[in-house]
Amino acid sequence: MWAELEPLLARVRKPARYIGCEDGMTVPVHGAGIVSWLLTYPDTYEIGLPNQGLQILYEILNERSDAAAERAYAPWTDLEAELRAAGLPLFSVDTHRPATEFDVLAFNLAAELVYTNVLNLIDLAGAPVRTEQRSECDPVVIIGGHAAFNPEPLADFVDAVVLGEGEEVVGEINEVLHGWITSGRHDRPAMLRTLARVPGVYVPSLYDVTYQEWSDDGISGGQIRSIEPRFADVPATVDKRTVADLADWPYPKRPLAPLTEVVHDRLSVEVFRGCTRGCRFCQAGMITRPVRERPADQVRTMVAQGLERTGYDEVSLTSLSTADFSDIEPSVDGILADRAAAHRAAGPAGADPGGCPTTINLPSLRVDAFTVGLAAKVSAGRRSGLTFAPEAGTWRLRTVINKLILEDDLYGAVESAFSEGWTRMKLYFLIGLPTETDEDVLAIAALAEHCVEIGKRYTNRASVTLSVGGFVPKAHTPFQWFGQNTRDEFERKVELLRRATRRCGGVNLKWHDPAATTAEGVASRGDRRIGRVIERVWRDGGTFQEWGEHLDLDRWTAAFAAEDMSIEWYVYRHRARDEVLPWSHLTAGLHHDFLWNDWQDALAGSGVEDCRWTPCYDCGVCTGYGIEHVVASPIPPAGGSQGTGQDIAAATEVMVELTRPRVALATGTPA
Amino acid sequence: MKLRLRYTKLGKVRFVSHRDGARLWERALRRVALPVAYTEGFTPRPKLGFGLALPTGAESVAEYLDVDLVKGAAIDPSDPSLVEACSAALPLGIDVALIAERDAAALSLQEDVTSTTWELSGPGIESGLIDQASERLLDADEVLVDRVRKGRSNIDDVRPLIVSLGGDPGGSRLVAELVTVGRALRPTELASVAFPGIDTLELRVLRTHQWIENDGEKREVLPLALATAPAPGVGT
Repeated sequence: MWAELEPLLARVRKPARYIGCEDGMTVPVHGAGIVSWLLTYPDTYEIGLPNQGLQILYEILNERSDAAAERAYAPWTDLEAELRAAGLPLFSVDTHRPATEFDVLAFNLAAELVYTNVLNLIDLAGAPVRTEQRSECDPVVIIGGHAAFNPEPLADFVDAVVLGEGEEVVGEINEVLHGWITSGRHDRPAMLRTLARVPGVYVPSLYDVTYQEWSDDGISGGQIRSIEPRFADVPATVDKRTVADLADWPYPKRPLAPLTEVVHDRLSVEVFRGCTRGCRFCQAGMITRPVRERPADQVRTMVAQGLERTGYDEVSLTSLSTADFSDIEPSVDGILADRAAAHRAAGPAGADPGGCPTTINLPSLRVDAFTVGLAAKVSAGRRSGLTFAPEAGTWRLRTVINKLILEDDLYGAVESAFSEGWTRMKLYFLIGLPTETDEDVLAIAALAEHCVEIGKRYTNRASVTLSVGGFVPKAHTPFQWFGQNTRDEFERKVELLRRATRRCGGVNLKWHDPAATTAEGVASRGDRRIGRVIERVWRDGGTFQEWGEHLDLDRWTAAFAAEDMSIEWYVYRHRARDEVLPWSHLTAGLHHDFLWNDWQDALAGSGVEDCRWTPCYDCGVCTGYGIEHVVASPIPPAGGSQGTGQDIAAATEVMVELTRPRVALATGTPA
Repeated sequence: MKLRLRYTKLGKVRFVSHRDGARLWERALRRVALPVAYTEGFTPRPKLGFGLALPTGAESVAEYLDVDLVKGAAIDPSDPSLVEACSAALPLGIDVALIAERDAAALSLQEDVTSTTWELSGPGIESGLIDQASERLLDADEVLVDRVRKGRSNIDDVRPLIVSLGGDPGGSRLVAELVTVGRALRPTELASVAFPGIDTLELRVLRTHQWIENDGEKREVLPLALATAPAPGVGT
């Protein structure tokens, strides 16, 4: 539909994000007997293009002779209006094929606030948003990604959900769909039942959910009574999928290099998957276990080939904590040597090539001096800002969340960074963590102030940016039972920090909008009934909710009121041990007892060690799935409290009590 | 050694902005491993000189790029494999037509180019109207246009900026040569003056030539006649 789309692009902002034409793009071959997938990222092209999961599946599907995959991203509101006015559907950026011609609409969900965009894109693709209204000729709607680990809020809108890593299961799904399509697309329900038997695939419509009665106050009761499969051949519990060895999956082999600027505008190479640091707030660390490292020589090859293929001069070595990669130092040295050699080869013989060094980006670094040394090695020249994530202001609270960083390590890291020439530090913190007191909040400001003092010894330009997010409890984590702070409470804590940092020259405070945190909380632990709220917010025009200018919490509160449902109940309420959680029939392999005991340990301020290097404490993942860590070095990395010798007993002297959220007073007034 | 490249921007890539175009050229030149010179300092940038920005959405068969190579680099600009390698490293629609060595003392493209030729077509530009509209503007003593630049509105006489104006041989396109020096007249602004009320967003705009005028002598920056093979889609 390029001919119809082209005139519209003259009328919208940043039209280059709709043309495709990227380096690494494949031109897929469609035809009879080929399952066509529209891999859709439910946010803008700039955010979605770099997504590695989508790029990996795009390649794996296009390598198959019975599949063809193209990509789509959410058109910005200006183009959406033009498309709807012209009666045109969502389209792929590869060949500008209308979404209506695809067999599968597959969404990658990185975060919960995109849920309303998912509904909007299903609608823009010309399909009914509700599963029950779809017919044989409508596409099969599938979701996956981290935010699909509690898919219940979208249960009424999606045909199937993939839990965990997609490399293997995507082919198994394709085989089921291939069989259905080539035999004439009869009996969609039977096809969905076949899909439900593929390990890792969850078909929400094949489960019945029942609820308890509400009590008169409308606050208690209402919990899920049971979640039961409707047929004997549908699994009672759906397990996530995990690839055993990353070495078997050196993807993307043809990384996409866009023609317009995107958020991570560089080559990305994943060095390992999974993390067993055990930070209790971190859903990614819980659902991606165990740790699987990519062989160092494969990393080096993928970097060399990726840079050559794309022409990028910057590469990110990605993972949840890249300094924990066993072979990080030899990998970095090898990459730098390869690039220097390539650079010399391009220039005239014997001459100084001068010019452009390749930059290696190490995101998600630990807080210790070793890490700073590593960062110094890879950033010859560009030393403007360095980011650390202590997450909580006091050691006591850091033992609650199991982010075991000593103050000395933070100050040591900051000191070495300033002494190595960096001038700006960025520190990430969460507020609203379990057991948090005002003292913990104010300690964040004190830490930042001390970091600036350290920096001033080295440079007058020393500054610290405090980036403060509101904690949203996530499914499949030890904090899944915790009642999220109210919006008012978040605003009060932000105000505490604003006042505490106002007179600190050199400390810049940035905080996440408490309204967005509240909306995220709704979707994060919602059940199927929340789908009605999401549908209302979408129908009311609430798309792009991750974008501050588009989020209006009043839309959400109005939708809750219209459905006679309560934000307090869904977001601010603590859950009891025996409550049937909306995702209790879905598992990332973590035992319920492990998560509960870890939650109790958290409240007692007791930490756990990293099982990559210490004996297994049986969280359930490796034993349950018959997989194990793939780690090149049996020795923990050097340096700091996050390296060797975690001092995990030090906080037990502090009495810890779970503070009740204010709404639990049940006055009936919204928080 | 300094090079000057002539290239096209046709089709879907017409929606790539001038700034994004610079980024994709940097990547492409690294892919063909051309020994490009870099600036000194903490953030070295490749020494590339882009000419007059092509408006986003417009196409061209006459875009230029100056590339400085490192000292001692010896490249044969007429080597057809270099032209091919560059085109292969660039997206569909951006093709290198010609590479030439540039005199070390040559002015930058921005300083050098004095006028450019455009072809405009689309709803509102019709064969019966082009001659009349062209004559009206060419015969006028002054052509006042209210233009907004950087948020400020200015009324300018744009008549001196129009070198020539008329229909193409087929009669359906407006062909205009416009002066680039000073506050240049955009081709869509010209269309609005020539055909009042026209929706310029519906027009197709093609840059066909860039000219250098020196001591009364006018020449194209790099004429395609120099190329070993004719470039596709050259207008006028």
